[in-house]
Amino acid sequence: MDANASEPLRPEARAAAQAAMEVTGNPSSVHQAGRAARRVLEAARESLAERFRARAQDIVFTSGATEANALAIHALGRGRPILIGATEHDAVRAAAPEATVIPVLPSGLVDLLLLDQMLAESPNALVCLMAANNETGVLHDIAAAAWVCAAHGALLHVDAAQAAGRCPEDWLKLGAASFALSGHKAGGPLGAGALVFSSTYGEHVAPLLKGGGQERGWRGGTPGLPAIAGMAVALDAPYETLKIAEYRDDIEAFCVELGAQVMGADAARLPNTVGLALPGVRADTQLIALDTAGVAVSAGSACSSGKVAASHVLVAMGMGALAGQAIRVSLPWNVTKADCEAFKHAYQIMARRALHHGAVPLTEARSAD
Amino acid sequence: MKIVVAMSGGVDSSVVAGLMHEAGHEVIGVTLQLYDHGAAVGRKGACCAGQDIHDAKRVADKLGFAHYVVDAEARFRASVMAEFADSYASGQTPVPCIACNQHLKFGDLLDMARDLGADALATGHYVRRVDGPDGAELHQAVDSSRDQSWFLFATSRAQLEFCRFPLGDFASKAQVRDIAERMGLAVAAKPDSQDICFVPNGSYADIVGKFRPDALVAGEIVDEAGSRLGIHQGIGRYTVGQAKRLGIPADAKGEALVVRKIEPGTRRIVVGPRAAASRVVQLRDVNWLIDVPFGELRAQVKLRAREAPQGSMITVHAAGTELLLDTPALAAPGQAAVFYDGSRILGGGFISA
Repeated sequence: MDANASEPLRPEARAAAQAAMEVTGNPSSVHQAGRAARRVLEAARESLAERFRARAQDIVFTSGATEANALAIHALGRGRPILIGATEHDAVRAAAPEATVIPVLPSGLVDLLLLDQMLAESPNALVCLMAANNETGVLHDIAAAAWVCAAHGALLHVDAAQAAGRCPEDWLKLGAASFALSGHKAGGPLGAGALVFSSTYGEHVAPLLKGGGQERGWRGGTPGLPAIAGMAVALDAPYETLKIAEYRDDIEAFCVELGAQVMGADAARLPNTVGLALPGVRADTQLIALDTAGVAVSAGSACSSGKVAASHVLVAMGMGALAGQAIRVSLPWNVTKADCEAFKHAYQIMARRALHHGAVPLTEARSAD
Repeated sequence: MKIVVAMSGGVDSSVVAGLMHEAGHEVIGVTLQLYDHGAAVGRKGACCAGQDIHDAKRVADKLGFAHYVVDAEARFRASVMAEFADSYASGQTPVPCIACNQHLKFGDLLDMARDLGADALATGHYVRRVDGPDGAELHQAVDSSRDQSWFLFATSRAQLEFCRFPLGDFASKAQVRDIAERMGLAVAAKPDSQDICFVPNGSYADIVGKFRPDALVAGEIVDEAGSRLGIHQGIGRYTVGQAKRLGIPADAKGEALVVRKIEPGTRRIVVGPRAAASRVVQLRDVNWLIDVPFGELRAQVKLRAREAPQGSMITVHAAGTELLLDTPALAAPGQAAVFYDGSRILGGGFISA
C-alpha cells in the first residue's frame, strides 16, 4: 500500500525492459549494434511524445524525476526568480534552496491569489508546482496556475512524478513550460525519468552533466535503455481509475469511522492516495504497527536512516501536531479487494490499541488476528 | 512473545536483539535517534543518522528481523540536553543518562512498545530483573564491573514489569562479545561507548553554553569566609567535590581545596577542605521500587555510579526524604543517591542539598 514510493513493476514494462536488455550496444555508437540500441531509445522517446502530446526532440531522458526536476530548474530558472509551492517534493526544494515559497491553503491547494500577487512583484519568474502531491494526492489546478503565470510572463515547471500514468492530463497543453516524469512511479523499472519541454523552451537547456554530449548535449552519460524502455511502456499502460478510487474511498471511510482525519479532503486528489492522520498517535508508531502486521505504508519524509520526521507538506497545510501523526496510504495499480481488507484489519487493530494506549485486552486483539 | 528491543547500534543491545530472535520471539528493533548526528559533528550535508544507526540496521538485516529508527530528537533536546544545561546553570551536576532512561527509553519507547502490542521491552543494560513475590525486582548485574543499576533507579515498578535485561546475568562483557562473534555481527569488536553520547568531543561545557550561556559567565572563587581566592570561567564548569582545575594552591595546612558549594545567584564557587564533609543529604524526586517505607530504613547507598556503597539511614517523611550517612561525604546536588539491599535496588533520588 505504498505505491507512491514505487509502483509494482508492470508486466508489459518488464517485458520491454527485458527486450531492451537483450540489445547489445551503445546508442551513441555508429555501427549496427549502436543503431539497434538507438532504435530502442528513440522508440521510447516517440512513445512518450505521443502519450504526452509533445515533440520527441523536446524530451530528455534522465536518471529519474529528481534529476529531471533539477535539470528543469537549472535550465529554465537561470536568471529568473524561482517560486515553488510549499508542498513540493524534496527533489524540487533541494534543487531551488533559495526559492520563494508559495503558501498553500488548508486544502493543500496552492493559493493562486497569492501567487498572482507574488508574481506581480517578481515578474519573469520560474514557478514550480507538482501536479499531484505525493503525501496527500492533492491535485493542483495546473491550468489555472499556468494562466496566472502567463499573465506575469512567468514560466511554469510541473513535477508530474506522481500524476503521470494516473491522470490523463497533458501538462504542456495546459500551459506548462516543462514537466518531469518518473518511470518507477508509474510501474516501470527503477532508474529512469524524463524532462519534457514545450517546443519554445527546449533550446534553453543547459546540461547538469555534460559528459559525452548524449541526449543532444542536454544530458551526458549513456542512457539506461532497459529502464527507459520500461518507463515508456508503463506510462502508456491503462490505469483503472474508477476501481482504484472506489477501493481508496472505502478505506478512507473505514478509517474515518475509527477516528482518522483525511488530509486535503476538500481538494481533488489522485484516485489511489489518502493521507490519514490519527490524532494523538505518532506516525512512526502507526507505521511500525502496520508493517509488523504485514502492511506497508509511509509517513512524513523519510531520511536515509528511515527516521520518520513530521511532514513538511502537512505543516504547510497548517495541520500542526497532526503533521507528525499522519500516514500515507497509496494503492498500487494492481491492488485487490483482499489487499484493502487486510489493510483495514491491520489499521483497526493498530488504531484501537494506540488510541486506548494498550488498554485493548490482548485476547481481543489476538482473536481478531 | 513480541518484544521491542532498544538498539543503540553497539554490541550489547545487538546481542540482546540477537538472543531474543534466536529464542524465537518476534523482535522489533528500534533505535531512537536522539540528536542530529550531522549537526553534532558539524559536518554540513552529513546524514542526520550516525554510524550507530547504520550498525543497528545491519545487525537487524543480517539476523532477519524488523528494525526502525524513531525520531526522538525534540524530546531528547527538551528532556535531556536542555535539562542538562539548566542543571549546571543552577549549580547542580546532572546525570543525563538517568534522564534519558527515565524519559526516552523507559518513557516514550516503552509507551510505543505497548502501543505496538508488544509483550515486553528489552534493553542492553547490565542489570537484572528478578521476579519476586511482590512483582519485578531490580538487581545489580552479575558482572559488578559492568553494573548499570545506579542509572536505572528512576524506572517505575510498572515500567520494570514490562522490561527485560538479558545481559545482567552474564559473567563478563567478553561473553557478550563472543556471542556477537558467533552470530557473525560486525559490531562484535566495536569499542564501548564512552562518556555522554551528545558530547562527542568530551567538552560538555560547549553544550551547556549553547543552551545556557549564563552558566559560562565568569565569577569569583571564594573561601567559606567569603574571601576571594580567584576567578572562574562559569559555574557550569564545576561540580561539588571537584578538586581539579581550581587554580588555587593548597591551604596553610597543605590540604587541597575542593568545591564545597556552587551559588548560581552570585555565580560564586565556594571552596574549602574536603574533610569538613557532611553526613546529611536531602533528596528530591525519590522513586521507590518497594512499597514506600515511611519512617526509617537502613540500607546501603551509592552517591556515585562507580563507588562502593556505604551504610546509611534513610528517613522518609511527609516533607521529603533524607539520608544520614555512616561516613560523611561531599554530595553533589543533581547527582543520584541510590539505595541497595545487597544486590537489590530499593529506590533512589536526586541529591538536592
